[in-house]
Amino acid sequence: MADIYAYTTHTAGVADDSALELVAAAKKIDANAAVTAIVTGSGAEVDKVADAMAASYAKVLKFNLDALAYPNAEVVRKLLVNVLPADAIVLVSNDTFGMDLGPGLSIKLDSTFVADVVGIEGVDGTVLKVIRQEYSGMVSTHVTADMSGGAVVNLRPGAFAPDESQSAGGSVEDRSGDAGDLTVKRTFLEVVEAEVGDVDITKSDVLVSVGRGIEDEENIEVAQELADAMGAVVSCSRPIVDAKWLEKSRQVGTSGQTVKPKVYLACGISGSFQHMGGIKGAPFIVAINKNVKAPIFQMADVGIEADILDFLPELTDAIKES
Amino acid sequence: MEILVCVKRVPDSAENEIEVNRDGSDIERDDLVYSVNEWDNYAVEEAILIRDKVGGSVTVITVGDDESEEVLRREMAMGADNGLLLCDDAFEGSDGKGVASLLKAAVDKGKYDLILTGAQADGGAAEVGGMLAAMLDYPYASLVNKIEVDGDKLKVGREIEGGNQEMNEIQLPCVLSIQTGINEPRYVGIRGIRKVASVEIPQHGAADLGVDAATLGAAGARVKRLDYFVPEMGEGAEMLEGSSEEIVAKLIELLKSKGGLK
Repeated sequence: MADIYAYTTHTAGVADDSALELVAAAKKIDANAAVTAIVTGSGAEVDKVADAMAASYAKVLKFNLDALAYPNAEVVRKLLVNVLPADAIVLVSNDTFGMDLGPGLSIKLDSTFVADVVGIEGVDGTVLKVIRQEYSGMVSTHVTADMSGGAVVNLRPGAFAPDESQSAGGSVEDRSGDAGDLTVKRTFLEVVEAEVGDVDITKSDVLVSVGRGIEDEENIEVAQELADAMGAVVSCSRPIVDAKWLEKSRQVGTSGQTVKPKVYLACGISGSFQHMGGIKGAPFIVAINKNVKAPIFQMADVGIEADILDFLPELTDAIKES
Repeated sequence: MEILVCVKRVPDSAENEIEVNRDGSDIERDDLVYSVNEWDNYAVEEAILIRDKVGGSVTVITVGDDESEEVLRREMAMGADNGLLLCDDAFEGSDGKGVASLLKAAVDKGKYDLILTGAQADGGAAEVGGMLAAMLDYPYASLVNKIEVDGDKLKVGREIEGGNQEMNEIQLPCVLSIQTGINEPRYVGIRGIRKVASVEIPQHGAADLGVDAATLGAAGARVKRLDYFVPEMGEGAEMLEGSSEEIVAKLIELLKSKGGLK
């Protein structure tokens, strides 16, 4: 089988969690693989991350260049095309950087792209069999990918348990001199931090969180009344923010806030992985939804099949009385 | 600015419960309500806003069957100027790369400064925009939630983790995938749909596009879906049963014991 490479990302001199998930996924493709990590960036931070990665990867290719100071997917794609063999199997985390990088990389390497993989079933010859999800996680699929000409495989963050064995005893090679031409037509300017809202949902022990099931802006009031009765705070899923019914700072999810409450009431929320990715610390999750097939019922501790517009006011009244 | 927006007709997951059919070969398609992919609707709205500001035209394009014409008409009722349907039996079963190569062939026959796609569609792969950009050798930015036109460049914001926004400058022509929330797509009424009901929408097949049918469709796909299934995910939630009063009483007890009520 072709060599397996993992593009590992890092923040402030520390490898992201995904770096150890990628090596775990690589072992599922080939248990005996000597996996190579690629670390890019500029300055002393890259040296530090590359050295740390050598504990988990057989080989680490380091690219320490000013042009790589910020992970601009256009620049990184060009670098990878310049340095990787055409038949490489490249693993990338399916975060907002990996989604920017992966599809185009597969075209430039003339290899096969497999998006947002949540499970690896195995390899038969050069055919990789994986599990993906469709329709926001409502159904799963088995998918085969022909890797005979190489592959770019984007792996969902959190779907693979990190390999923390730290037993690779790998070596670091500084390959900065091989980077080649990295000129691109997109320039990184700055990161604009999310606005801080009037309420900090990350500080609340109890969240009453609303999703599409709330149906109308006026009905947000129903959730607010329950939250008031419980001494909780109202948070929400993405569609509520897209509709501008609540501010962005109230959104739970990978593209919103990461929360660690004790109790989480998911009201009319289907439970997409992007939403659940923002809930940490194993809270007690109550799901209230009129669709019993909603994925949230697989992840919640307690489920109630009900229309939240009927159920929440009843709950509010009962709490006030008790 | 000449803008092309790639759209797709998909089962509307807000209107339907998506279930696996009996033999797991597909989702249950009886009585499904279809609509334009939610992300694409934001992309079309953004294209119309840009056109109204700087001039030019908006063309909506899709790869699909005859029924896909309805989503093109809907987006034209929103304000898109032209529609283009890529339709051929040979296209059926194409993987993401196959779809991107069809769009590439259509782009080569036109002249566009800006190409938009939705950030993702029903399959959740979020792959066609990035593939199309690479095939065209255009710069690409995904998950875009802000666009400002600045001459032959754009200033674009990308939605990244934690609700932060990554600002980039990108040269035209380029491909952008559009994230929901970038704007508020306008409402399309029956009257608007009627207005465009008789507009001719050109169709292109494999021969018109000059693409090799052998590399397309299911036969040309290097990524193949074998089946649909619903995974067993542990025990799932304990469902509270009974009358609504009983359920409320049980829930209050649980909330008290877990620290959700004082």
